Amino acid sequence: MKRSPFGRIWPNATAVLLFAVFAFPVYWMFATAFKPQGDIISEDPVWFPTDVTLAHFDKAVHADHFWTLVRNSVTVTVVAVLLSLVIALLASFALARMRFKGRRGFIVTFMLAQMAPWEVMVIAIYMLVRDSDMLDSLVPLTAFYMMMVLPLTLLTLRGYVAAVPKELEESAMVDGCTRTQAFVKVIFPLLAPGLMATSLFGFITAWNEFPLVLILNKGIEHQTLPLWLSQFRTAFGDDWGATMAASSLFALPILILFIFLQRKAVSGLTDGAVKG
Amino acid sequence: MPVQTQGKDTAGEPAVRKAEAPSGPRGTTRGTTASSGRRAAAAPYLLLLPALLATLILLGWPLVKNGMLSFQNLNARQLIQHLTEWNGVENYQEALGSSEFWSVVQRTVWFTAANVVLIMLLGTLIGLLLARLGRRMRLLLMLGLVLAWAMPVIAATTVYQWLFAQRFGVVNWLLDKAGWHSMADYNWLGTQFSTFSVVTLLIVWQSVPFVAINLYAATTTVPKELYEAASLDGAGAWTSFTSVTFPFLRPFLYATTFLEVIWVFKAFPQIFAINEGGPDRLTETLPIYAFVEGVGNQHFGMGAAISFLTILVLIVITSYYLRAVIKQEEDEL
Repeated sequence: MKRSPFGRIWPNATAVLLFAVFAFPVYWMFATAFKPQGDIISEDPVWFPTDVTLAHFDKAVHADHFWTLVRNSVTVTVVAVLLSLVIALLASFALARMRFKGRRGFIVTFMLAQMAPWEVMVIAIYMLVRDSDMLDSLVPLTAFYMMMVLPLTLLTLRGYVAAVPKELEESAMVDGCTRTQAFVKVIFPLLAPGLMATSLFGFITAWNEFPLVLILNKGIEHQTLPLWLSQFRTAFGDDWGATMAASSLFALPILILFIFLQRKAVSGLTDGAVKG
Repeated sequence: MPVQTQGKDTAGEPAVRKAEAPSGPRGTTRGTTASSGRRAAAAPYLLLLPALLATLILLGWPLVKNGMLSFQNLNARQLIQHLTEWNGVENYQEALGSSEFWSVVQRTVWFTAANVVLIMLLGTLIGLLLARLGRRMRLLLMLGLVLAWAMPVIAATTVYQWLFAQRFGVVNWLLDKAGWHSMADYNWLGTQFSTFSVVTLLIVWQSVPFVAINLYAATTTVPKELYEAASLDGAGAWTSFTSVTFPFLRPFLYATTFLEVIWVFKAFPQIFAINEGGPDRLTETLPIYAFVEGVGNQHFGMGAAISFLTILVLIVITSYYLRAVIKQEEDEL
């Protein structure tokens, strides 16, 4: 289909407008974080900060417990995602490569597990964790975050494993590798990009999690960044500069990760989860 | 972000078929001992064991516990003294008998419907726009979408609070400048409707990119020949959309709608962090209601009952699709 130059104006104009609408809140977060206080509380908004200050970032990173919270968030997220990758890798290998009784049942189970309504199970989880004397600890948080991301990780990885030609593995086995060796030496390296893309959504889920930590960890030194950020009003008063600086610091790792891995992750999701 | 759909096992299938053929030492020599054969048969179960154990302990147990709690009279006193007081179906009777519960259910359904309709409509339109754009414009729009998509929910919520802040919020400034002067100092979190508007905007803004980008990805898989055939038959833009594009995209639209329903229905941090279900508990949807009743007001047994009813409502809403997914999975395995 040929299009006249005139026919391109409307789609392009709409695209620019939509770009502005979608990017603006993110821009406004970063812009506010760098503005001097006077520019933030001015009667007319300052659209492009000319006067740039790092004072808000300084305030955010020197807030009480900030670094403890960063460490908590990073620990919980990384451990949960790594654990789920290991567990999912084992399971996905079985599901993608082996034929056995109950296979279908396992897959349906994990599909249902993916719909788990974590948001409404917090009371039961609270009771279980309290009865095990584990409130205010990062261990149950890590375990539950691992479980939150496990089904998706598993189902997506199954697609990636299935996509690696079986012949590669077989020829390695003909060359004298055991099945395990064939997996470690041949398949695993081929899965690396898939593993990275798969873990992206796990990272986002665990990094973001809010209701569970809200109910399980009351002591500030055992909390994570999302909870702290949601309570910024008490932490900073109505200090939007510091709040936006803290939000920027919180969002930045995920934004960077996402932009780098997005293309792979999206095709991984459609190939791996949708079709796989 | 929960993404599973379709359950088509096209990729896994051939590999699995091949796995049935005797492979490795088992089939080639008859001298294999029975024990190694048994070990091979146990292998898949051993590989699945960690995942299965995790699911049973971390998901199954809370679900069972939730069921048990929902039949208990468990308030602050019982909690502190570690008392177990069974009270049968009283919690359920009380919840189902209260008009408050039903108004929350109704509100949740409307809220979910409104959000999902907006998300699917805008997401589809933007996805189709992406397919029409030139490369550079497409990359630009993609970048905007990806930024919104990747924003962590709590960071996004905080930013929306700032955008809609009563004083110095940029939205009120814009409305004022646009001639709507009564909005200059408008308190967006003051009424049910305005609070829901902010939450909806936030959720739609974050969800549209997933639909749009996935839909665009799906359009790239439509075979070009189909369009050529359609245009040979004299089909215009609209007809080629309804006869070629739409049927091709239907499974994606179907799957995405289902995911968005679940996602919006369960939305917790967006509503809770913006105004804790306020003003006057008027923006509590079922997950928030269960939380506030159960944890906030320390009626843990009641909260558990509400949470079970919430799961039930979710299952009813999604049952049609759920059945299709499971059936498809069973047919194709």
